[in-house]
Amino acid sequence: MSKTKQAVRINEHIVEIVSDSGEGAQKAGQTFGNISAKMGNGVWTVEIIPAEIKPPARSPAGASGIRIRLGSSYITNMGNAADIVVALNEQVLYSRIATHAYKKGTVVLLENKWLTDPNPEIVKQYESSVAEFRDNGLVVVEVPMEVECLKLTPRPRLGKNMFVLGILSYIYSRDIDKAYREVEHTFQRKGQKVIDLNHKLLQAGYDFAQENIDYHYEIPLWRAPDSKDPLIVTNGNQAMGLGVMASGMDLVSMYPITPATSASHYLADVYHTVGGFVHQAEDEIAAVGFAIGASYAGKTACTITSGPGLALKTEFLALAVMAEIPLVIGVVQRGGPSTGLPTKVEQGDLLASLYGEPGDAPKIVIAAATIEECFHFVVMARKLAETFRTPVILLTDANLGTGVQPYPRPKAKAEWLASPIDQSPWKKDIPPFDWNEETGLSSRPIVGQPGGEYVLTGLAHTKQSKVAYDRDSNQRGCNMRSRKLAALYGTLKPPEIHGDAEGDLLVVGWGSTLGAIEEAIDQMRDDGHKVSSIHLRFLSPLEPGIKEIFAKFKHVLTIEINYSDEADAPLITAGNRRYTQLAMILRAQTLVDVDCWSNVHGQPLQPGLIYDELVRRLNLKN
Amino acid sequence: MFGLKADWSVDIKERYFALGDYAGGEARWCPGCGDHAVLTVVQRICRDNQMPPEMTVAVSGIGCSSRLPHYMGTYGFHGLHGRALPVACGIKSRRPELDVWVATGDGDCYSIGAGHWLHAVRYNMNMTVLVFDNSIYGLTKKQTSPTTPIGFKSNTHPQGSILEPLNPLTATLGISNVSFLAQTVDWNPAHLYATIKAAHAHKGFSLVNIIQRCPVYSDQISKDLQENPSKLLLLTHDKGIPVEEKLLRFFPNHREHDPSNMSEAYDIATFLSPTPVGLLYHNPDVPCYEDLSSQGLNMGVEDKLAGINAAFDQFAV
Repeated sequence: MSKTKQAVRINEHIVEIVSDSGEGAQKAGQTFGNISAKMGNGVWTVEIIPAEIKPPARSPAGASGIRIRLGSSYITNMGNAADIVVALNEQVLYSRIATHAYKKGTVVLLENKWLTDPNPEIVKQYESSVAEFRDNGLVVVEVPMEVECLKLTPRPRLGKNMFVLGILSYIYSRDIDKAYREVEHTFQRKGQKVIDLNHKLLQAGYDFAQENIDYHYEIPLWRAPDSKDPLIVTNGNQAMGLGVMASGMDLVSMYPITPATSASHYLADVYHTVGGFVHQAEDEIAAVGFAIGASYAGKTACTITSGPGLALKTEFLALAVMAEIPLVIGVVQRGGPSTGLPTKVEQGDLLASLYGEPGDAPKIVIAAATIEECFHFVVMARKLAETFRTPVILLTDANLGTGVQPYPRPKAKAEWLASPIDQSPWKKDIPPFDWNEETGLSSRPIVGQPGGEYVLTGLAHTKQSKVAYDRDSNQRGCNMRSRKLAALYGTLKPPEIHGDAEGDLLVVGWGSTLGAIEEAIDQMRDDGHKVSSIHLRFLSPLEPGIKEIFAKFKHVLTIEINYSDEADAPLITAGNRRYTQLAMILRAQTLVDVDCWSNVHGQPLQPGLIYDELVRRLNLKN
Repeated sequence: MFGLKADWSVDIKERYFALGDYAGGEARWCPGCGDHAVLTVVQRICRDNQMPPEMTVAVSGIGCSSRLPHYMGTYGFHGLHGRALPVACGIKSRRPELDVWVATGDGDCYSIGAGHWLHAVRYNMNMTVLVFDNSIYGLTKKQTSPTTPIGFKSNTHPQGSILEPLNPLTATLGISNVSFLAQTVDWNPAHLYATIKAAHAHKGFSLVNIIQRCPVYSDQISKDLQENPSKLLLLTHDKGIPVEEKLLRFFPNHREHDPSNMSEAYDIATFLSPTPVGLLYHNPDVPCYEDLSSQGLNMGVEDKLAGINAAFDQFAV
């Protein structure tokens, strides 16, 4: 039966599976991603989420699915246009086409059962769409998925995803034994009958592709298959949840908000295995208040939210700053303002994190740039919060939160865990805010320590925590709280430069854009351009040495996913142009004429778009 | 005194706490303000129960009532307007051994903090919540509060309050998991003490609405009740607030009310005049949220590390 085809060697490919929701595209894609990671390819997967709650079948708004980028190196972002798309109907492709997910030459493996649909309207839609796709340069390959699956199951809608997995497994020369094992793992709770059927569907897809599909690739491995250095595969929200557990936090107090909630879903499932508790509060304000209460009582607590929730928590955050209560606030950013784009990515909460509170409320703000950092930064944030007796905002975003990537499996360490609370007597002559004049640091009495009794207050106060309205006390309190950031700054290292330490253009980024920016920079450098990049993890305080790095480049440009006026837009002048959020901070802090480039499309930045923009800019300047 | 018992046996404690141990800064409420009486009662109950000051936390929001933690010698948390309850619940969540008091007011609890009030009743965490209900915003100088009577003139309604006041008693009784609801008046020290003592003894969320004098801004509102005890209805019962014989004489109107009877409690709560004082509702068997939220509290490091490693393994490829 088998037609032997020579597999074409490629470095990487981007694959999508799109369908109506409920057809299992995401499960097939995740399984495909896991097989690929286990074989030793670099992998990044990201879910395609429908725009509506219950979209009608066969509608652009209903596009649900997954993108998998796999390659022979470590993959850090979702890449540019897809190479191969498997679509279970033609309509869902329109929403992907609208986001420039495809290019001329993208292969579409399309379910063709619509051609014989009893409804003539559907047949007409199908035929005209296929013609239109072909006119626009997509390579449409019609596949009788339903017909093939019907040979094995009377309910092909439920099994088609495994048939698709089989097709992709053939196309990308996946190890079929691994695929069998992965399918078994996926369905282990459903019993042997279900596993057997899905194995048959997988094999049928594989055989069908071998017989009928002309595409056959091999992708060299990034690491040895079944390497002894174990990997885990998570999305950023799960990574954050794992970080909460590994840091020994007692409590997560949350209120549901997209796209942050899945971190709490994950914790709600497993947190009890490490003695923790997820409190679902009555609202965002209560969620942070509850966490602050627990923290005041000496327990380590965290709250996880997104932009609108951060806004509601503002007053409590200011209290935590004012009264020096350690607290970790995870913010999974989404598109704003207001309800904005709840499921989509933006980096629009940086200034709100830094300056959201009325009055001066200095706090630590850090941003994870990778899914792995979503884990490690929670551990770091807890320690910083306690050492500096302050809230720490950890920024991630919808791209990191839902993106899935393999990374080295961390090993739980006792020193990551919060220490048990101190209940020994407190020396009565030590005030509750015994500020070190130089660093602003102090240790705090914990409820239960005899002799440490004090009244925490959000009012201006002395080091005894006594309400004080006099000018010197307020000035001093503000000085001491601000000084802590200066003290932390003194411990930080300058950012690493990706590329040479001098050149024509330096790109500055933060957060989830790391992979896309560095990929674009690498490509630029391969083309001979003198460009480099830095990526900031600490936003408050900023990392040291930035101004010195800037001085070695002719131009500095931030690339961000938050709003900025284009310099040449109508009415925009040097006097009124609104810059991106990091650019504003960098301009203020360094007095360097930092430019910015951004969009608010609600999508992760593609390396190709960044590349094109950088080339355009360098051409303008030369 | 010093554990001297009726049979002359002496129980000598390692530490003995006097009233002074529960006193903090000098109270800065207006002369004649009902808050002084409440503070005194709280300190007495702490002393009578020999609560270690370091294990006691007074939590408050913003308002005149909410200055109370500053006048206590215990740990205290003087937080945000309306937000005392989430903080108090958070404290209790992982430190169930702490004795938590909440001082709040009609504006703090029933207006800006209303959402938290409703849900805190439902969580039923073991704490004593004292609502200093003077029917006015005092700290910010006489604005209409949720319990201001209709027609009462304030700075926000100079022609008189235009809405029916909120009834905190019926509202509280309508919340699932309500376990302790009482009402008292600040000017009757014996009843105030007995009510707060019963509230403190209850394991669960005890809410005491204290009708409280504000001699500066809303003196007229409670004056009638003070001067004419027949405007009050004293609730009596074996299971209610214990009242001494002489107290009975002070209140001309009594009514026998079994506090486990919810429908009768609701009827009484709707009375506008005479105003009920005493224990409206008590159910000692409602589960407390901290019994859930504190699970795993004492897990050892080895178990935690094993749990974390198992979580990693779930994601292994």
